[in-house]
Amino acid sequence: MRTIDAAQITAAVAKLAVDANYYLSDDIRTALESGREREESPLGQAILGQLVENACIARDEQMPICQDTGMAVIFMEIGQEVHITGGSLAEAVNAGVARGYTEGYLRKSVVAEPLFNRKNTGDNTPAVLHTSIVAGDKIKIVLAPKGFGSENMSTLKMFKPADGLPAIRQFLVDTVFNAGSNPCPPIVVGIGIGGTMEKAAIIAKQALLRPINQRNPQPEYAKLEQEFLELVNKTGVGPQGLGGRVTALAVNIEYYPTHIAGLPVAININCHATRHAEVEL
Amino acid sequence: MEEAIKLVTPLAAAKARQLKAGDLVLITGTIYTARDAAHKRMVEALAAGERLPVDFTDQIIYYVGPAPAKPGQAIGSAGPTTSGRMDAYTPRLLDQGLRGMIGKGYRSPAVVAAMQQHGAVYFAATGGAAALIAKTIKKYEIVAYEDLGPEALSRLTVEDFPAIVVIDSEGRNFYTAGQSKYREL
Repeated sequence: MRTIDAAQITAAVAKLAVDANYYLSDDIRTALESGREREESPLGQAILGQLVENACIARDEQMPICQDTGMAVIFMEIGQEVHITGGSLAEAVNAGVARGYTEGYLRKSVVAEPLFNRKNTGDNTPAVLHTSIVAGDKIKIVLAPKGFGSENMSTLKMFKPADGLPAIRQFLVDTVFNAGSNPCPPIVVGIGIGGTMEKAAIIAKQALLRPINQRNPQPEYAKLEQEFLELVNKTGVGPQGLGGRVTALAVNIEYYPTHIAGLPVAININCHATRHAEVEL
Repeated sequence: MEEAIKLVTPLAAAKARQLKAGDLVLITGTIYTARDAAHKRMVEALAAGERLPVDFTDQIIYYVGPAPAKPGQAIGSAGPTTSGRMDAYTPRLLDQGLRGMIGKGYRSPAVVAAMQQHGAVYFAATGGAAALIAKTIKKYEIVAYEDLGPEALSRLTVEDFPAIVVIDSEGRNFYTAGQSKYREL
C-alpha cells in the first residue's frame, strides 16, 4: 500500500489546469503548420497562421490559448494499492481546479445550477471527474479543459445495428455541417462507438485525449479514422467556417463492446485547441 | 490576400453600407462587449421601458467573455464567443441603433433581416486566437452589470482589431460563399 496525500493531488491538478491552458501540444501545432501548407483558401491559410502565432503568444506570455478556459474535465486512474490521506479525493481535485484557475488568471465559466439561477461559482468548480480503479500503486491524472463553443456542437445518437457505417458517416457529416464555424475549426473530432449511451459519450471524450498523430491500434478503426478525416475535409467548412480544405485536423475513434440490439455513437467536437495535460503521482 | 480596410468607430450607416461580405477590416476606437446574460438584462430593461446603460447608436458590440487580466495587462485572452446565442436579443438592439456585431458563427434569418433593415454589419473574429486578439485591446472598462463577471457589459479601446465581414448590410453571407467554393459533398 502506498500513501498519497490529498494536498499532492490538489497541487498537481492546479498545475495541470494552468499548463493545459497555456501550452498547445506539439502534435496540434505541427498539424496546424502542415494544414497551412495544404490549405488552398488564402483566407484559410491566414487563419491557420494566426492560430500558430496565437499559440506562440500564449506560451511566451503565459496566457490562455483561448479565453474559454473551459470546464475542467478530469480523468483519473487510481491504482488499487493507493491510499489517499488528508482529505477526500473530490475535494482535493476541486481545490486544485479552484487554485489553478485563480492563480493562473483563467476564466471561471462554471455556473452552480444550469436552469433557473445560473450563478457563477467563482472558481470554476466543480470539475467533471471520471475515476477508474486500475492495478498498481500510482495515480494518473489527465485534465482536459473543455470549451463550450465546441462542446455545444457535439452529438449523440442511438443507431440500430442495421444502420451500420453509412448512417454513422451521414451523422458525422451532418454534425460537422451543422456546427459550421461555431466550434472554431479546424476541429478535432472524438468519436465513441459502442457501449451504452453514457459510455459512448465518455469514450468520445477520451478519444480527444489521444495525440492526433497516433491512430487507433485496431487497423480497421485506424483506417476509418483516416476515411472520416477525408470526409470531414470535403465539407468545405474550412478554417473558421470561411471555406477551405482544412476543416478538421484529425478524427480519433474509440470503441467499446455493446449490446446485440444497439449501436450508440457519440461525436465530441473540439476546437483546434484540444487541450490536455497529464501527470503521474 | 487583399489589403484590410481600416475602420474607425463609431461606424456611421453610410460607412457600414460600403462594407461587403468577405472584406477584411482592422477596427480602431471604442467597442462594447456583451454576451448572453448582459443581453438578457438589456432586453428586459427595454421591455420594462428603462434606458440602456449605453447609447448604442452607431456602436459595435463584441461577443466576448475575456479571461482575467494579469497584472500589467489591459485584458486577458479575449477571442469571440458563439454569436448565435445572442440571436434572440439582437434585433431589439439593432432597433436601438446598434451598427455592428463581432463574434463567430452563423446568425438567424431574423437577425439578418433586422441587419438589412437597419444597415448593420456582422463581423467574425478568429475563434481561438484569443491571446493574439488581446494584444489589440488597449483598455478594458466595465460599464454595467459588474456582478456578471466575465459577462459584464464593458467598453474596450482597440487598435487594429482584426476581423472579417461575414454578413453585410445587404444580407450577403460570406460563410455560404466561402464554403461552397470548397465543398465536395
